[in-house]
Amino acid sequence: MSFDIAVTRRVGDGEIACRIAPADGLTVLFGPSGAGKTSVLNMVAGLLRPDAGHVRVGGETLFDAAAGVDLAVPARRAGYVFQEPRLFPHLRVSANLAYGARGERTGPLAPEEVVEFLGIGHLLDRWPRTLSGGEARRVAIGRALLSDPAFLLLDEPLSFLDRARREEIMAVIERLRDTVRLPILMVTHDRGEAERLASHIVEM
Amino acid sequence: MLTPEEWGVVALSLKVGGVAVAAALPVAFALAWVLARVRFPGKLLLDGLVHLPLVVPPVVTGWLLLLAFAPEGPVGGWLERWFGASVLFRWSGAAIAAGVMALPLMVRAIRLSIEAVDRRLEDAAATLGATPRRVFLTVTLPLSLPGVIAGAVLGFARALGEFGATITFVSNVPGETETLPLAIYAALQIPGAEGQVLRLALVSVLLSLAALVASELIARRTGRGTHVL
Repeated sequence: MSFDIAVTRRVGDGEIACRIAPADGLTVLFGPSGAGKTSVLNMVAGLLRPDAGHVRVGGETLFDAAAGVDLAVPARRAGYVFQEPRLFPHLRVSANLAYGARGERTGPLAPEEVVEFLGIGHLLDRWPRTLSGGEARRVAIGRALLSDPAFLLLDEPLSFLDRARREEIMAVIERLRDTVRLPILMVTHDRGEAERLASHIVEM
Repeated sequence: MLTPEEWGVVALSLKVGGVAVAAALPVAFALAWVLARVRFPGKLLLDGLVHLPLVVPPVVTGWLLLLAFAPEGPVGGWLERWFGASVLFRWSGAAIAAGVMALPLMVRAIRLSIEAVDRRLEDAAATLGATPRRVFLTVTLPLSLPGVIAGAVLGFARALGEFGATITFVSNVPGETETLPLAIYAALQIPGAEGQVLRLALVSVLLSLAALVASELIARRTGRGTHVL
């Protein structure tokens, strides 16, 4: 179960190019701001269309320019935690968490487990605008986990957090990597984070 | 207070305004969505056409409606053939005139609120497995609701005040097309009817004010939708 990615896309005068060879565990996409790391995540999620190449996750082809495969975003089952939480402002935390959980399928973890695991039980009745940055990010991670994702995309999940919160979220990511065993593709520009969390690192 | 005839005028105005807004709202939302989200050649032309009733003299709009809905006109002939009905000199004609005049205001308000919906939230919903239809119903529509309400109320207030296009299109028929502005105008022509003018004018002001306050209260109740990013 892993990522197999080779994509290119022209942006203005430059080009975003990324190649990730299949490997287990948590892959960190590391590089300076503006290298196009978030664009790569968007291409894996289907929000941005590569000009060429392919995206395969766990053996399933999500995109292949040569073969004309381009799965729609909802069909890709990406558990995408964006850089900003993107919680739905008109829904309470509980409804945000349930948004992607449809019917029986709620993913590798039961809702109660996710709530417990992320420590967000006391937030369920709150509106997103009343949450702190760390709380909102944990809810966003929970919402992605409960949508029965086939893999996780984490975009700078530790940015704009104080030291205590960073430590908390890092522990959560380590648990996801080691216990849930979902393929995880994570973007960061912090060398320390990359070295601590990554099974392997791809430089951009 | 009001005489039975005056109550009749008020009731007719509410009916005409309500039907006009109810019928125009889906059209206004569709136009607003297309103008906010779709890029196509001729968009400027559509934008201009939608806004035309706002800038053309109302009497011209009324005359154009008359041409279209006359028994030998394109729409009127069709109504005649298929339903054996005509909207001329009828309250339904007054509602059409009011709806056409209210449309640009409604489109403007709704368009702004659709443009203000954060597209990144729609992307997030899609990654969570929502189909485009579900994204629209659960994210785009609720988040643009304050603008839809504002547009509906603005349109209703405009419809209540409609005069020029209505009197040109369906004339002033007491009990059928005589809405508040037309009744006030008619009363102004009669010496000694100042009392009636005053009462009807007062009702007009109160209705408009009530509509605005109601919209504000509804917007406050749904207005928790401030963006958190």
